[in-house]
Amino acid sequence: MTELLSIEPIRMLVFLVGTILFVALNAAYLTLLERKESSWFQRRLGPTEVGPWGLLQPIADGIKLAGKQVIVPDGVDKILFVLSPIMVSVPVIMNLATIPFSDTLVARNIDLGLLMILSFTSFNVMGIMFGGWASRNKYSVISAARVVAQNVAYEIPMFLIAISLVMVTHTFDLRETVLLQTGGFWNWNLFKLGVSPLMPAACLLFFVCLLAETNRSPFDMMEAESELIAGAITEYSGMGFGLFFISEYANIVVGSCLVTILFLGGWNCPFGLYPGLHWFFVKMYGIIFVVIWIRWSFPRIQFYGLLNLSWKILIPLSLAHLLLTCVMVKIW
Amino acid sequence: MSVDATTIQGETFVVNMGPQHPATHGVLRIKLTMDGEYIMNAEPVIGYSHRMQEKMAENRTYSQYFANIGRIDYVGAMIYNFGYACAVERLAGIPVPERAEYIRVITSELNRIASHLLWFGPFIIDLGGLTPLLYAFDDREGILNLLESVSGARLTFSYFRFGGVCNDIDDDFVAGCRAFISRMRERLTLYRRLVTDNIIFRKRVEGIGVIPPEICRKYGATGPVLRGSGVAYDVRKDEPYSIYPLLDFDIPVFGECDSMARYRVRMEEMNQSLRMIEQALDKLPSGPFMAEKVPRILKPPKGDCYFNVEGARGSFGIRIVSDGTEIPYRLKLRTPCFANLSLFEEASRGMLLADSLALLGSLDLCIPDVDR
Repeated sequence: MTELLSIEPIRMLVFLVGTILFVALNAAYLTLLERKESSWFQRRLGPTEVGPWGLLQPIADGIKLAGKQVIVPDGVDKILFVLSPIMVSVPVIMNLATIPFSDTLVARNIDLGLLMILSFTSFNVMGIMFGGWASRNKYSVISAARVVAQNVAYEIPMFLIAISLVMVTHTFDLRETVLLQTGGFWNWNLFKLGVSPLMPAACLLFFVCLLAETNRSPFDMMEAESELIAGAITEYSGMGFGLFFISEYANIVVGSCLVTILFLGGWNCPFGLYPGLHWFFVKMYGIIFVVIWIRWSFPRIQFYGLLNLSWKILIPLSLAHLLLTCVMVKIW
Repeated sequence: MSVDATTIQGETFVVNMGPQHPATHGVLRIKLTMDGEYIMNAEPVIGYSHRMQEKMAENRTYSQYFANIGRIDYVGAMIYNFGYACAVERLAGIPVPERAEYIRVITSELNRIASHLLWFGPFIIDLGGLTPLLYAFDDREGILNLLESVSGARLTFSYFRFGGVCNDIDDDFVAGCRAFISRMRERLTLYRRLVTDNIIFRKRVEGIGVIPPEICRKYGATGPVLRGSGVAYDVRKDEPYSIYPLLDFDIPVFGECDSMARYRVRMEEMNQSLRMIEQALDKLPSGPFMAEKVPRILKPPKGDCYFNVEGARGSFGIRIVSDGTEIPYRLKLRTPCFANLSLFEEASRGMLLADSLALLGSLDLCIPDVDR
């Protein structure tokens, strides 16, 4: 197996299929998790009919979605309209290629992994904007404008936090970042209070930015269903909608991976025992659980509230954190 | 009336919100003239569920029309039945036994709580919080089960008759009511902790959608909308009917005029309704629940009368003109939602789209009640 994987074309093929499968399965089963979780919060049962405990529900949904006609409405900008679901979903899959799930399981470890993920994350905004713009639906246009403002506003604090972390770890390499946190939880970046006493706050900031970047509630301005119907994706049907949907969940997965790697020690066990893939998934899905939990607990904030939060609170805080880290790193 | 486009800076566009839109809660269409996300003008276009309720009344006997009246505001059907029954009784001079009056008040107040619960959940949904709806439905289920046990229906009850009610309430119902009251009090505390005190929720509603009392007066707004603007007008206190003068209850009034004030009014009203039901259950007299010798086909004497009740959404008035035959000559409905919606155009001017939905939601519109 290992020898086979060292042959480059085979390695590429295996990881390509693996990554796409991972994205598809995650999207499918995270919808189930979302529906089940929402049903727990809302005192209902959730899907129960298709398969035991509703486990086959995502497959039924997928077949239904794939079987639907892809409608391109009259008067839309056809090229952009068709292109934008692809523009949204491809960068996310690219992102997953550089994420180290364990010491050995990484599709392509590159030494600028963090930079690459951050840049590709911003790419999907363009897809959503084009989709909304091309739809020629007034709600979609409003949504597209909102998404751009929102993502620009929240990328800045996210990047600032990432930069301050790079100062601590001295590397953009994600695998390297995790290796630096080997050992118990006291070695995680989250608890490196000696380097920056504000590290837990920085983690929280990063998490908030992640919610906004992935357009999740309470920052779901893109798909504010009670205001904008379905926002930028109102006019999409069938797999066009499906791709947006998949990429939304894939984005959450990538974001949660990033939090896991940057702050929670990746595949390391909190007590230094049996590090491996399972710990990575425990942490990652734990974060995803919290993301879904938040969606079903809080109302949506206003758009200007969202921008105020970023420009008036998050950006100054993350700048302060950056400065503090600078000083602390210099002192140590 | 639309704002002159030349007076507005920048480019405007028109968005049709509705008739199929998640936030209008029914077939209401609002023509929004918008500048970016700011609303320059919002013109409600109504009539999508117009059923000629007033004309229908002129074609059927008084008791045949009873089924219609609950379908005007189906969320608070019991209170509308109350208004119609009282109006016809006043017109025809039918006495109502005391026990029936108590039963009417108990069931009406239960229905008022159910109606407010059905407002509470969707209002939070308008603001993006999806979970409280299910909790509200859970409570409403308790009320509907109680009302079903006496009336046989769960939405359009038609439980009242001219001169009383069609079924007596039994000990099970009384015990069920008391159990519900104690349960509901806990739930109201829960809602306060989970929803009212939520920081995001407060930011969404506090200071948003201010309706000054002058606008309320101008458009004839009543009910929680008016009381949320600091005017203590409640038909149950100001033009008391039935046994309401015998009950001890407060009229919640909040002077902030914003969506939060209207929210608080309704939450407090549920509390007051619980108090009323409790008192009415304590005082419930024995005796007949139906007046004797009410003719099967009513022929009220020539004349007209107006009767006003406090519906879940505001004051609901019925004017009936009788020409001495078995069908009304004219029946005019004064529905609260129509007046409450009218002020939306003026109150929403210059608001953001998302905020205007907080305003629209806090008006608690029932679209068939607007269109009737």
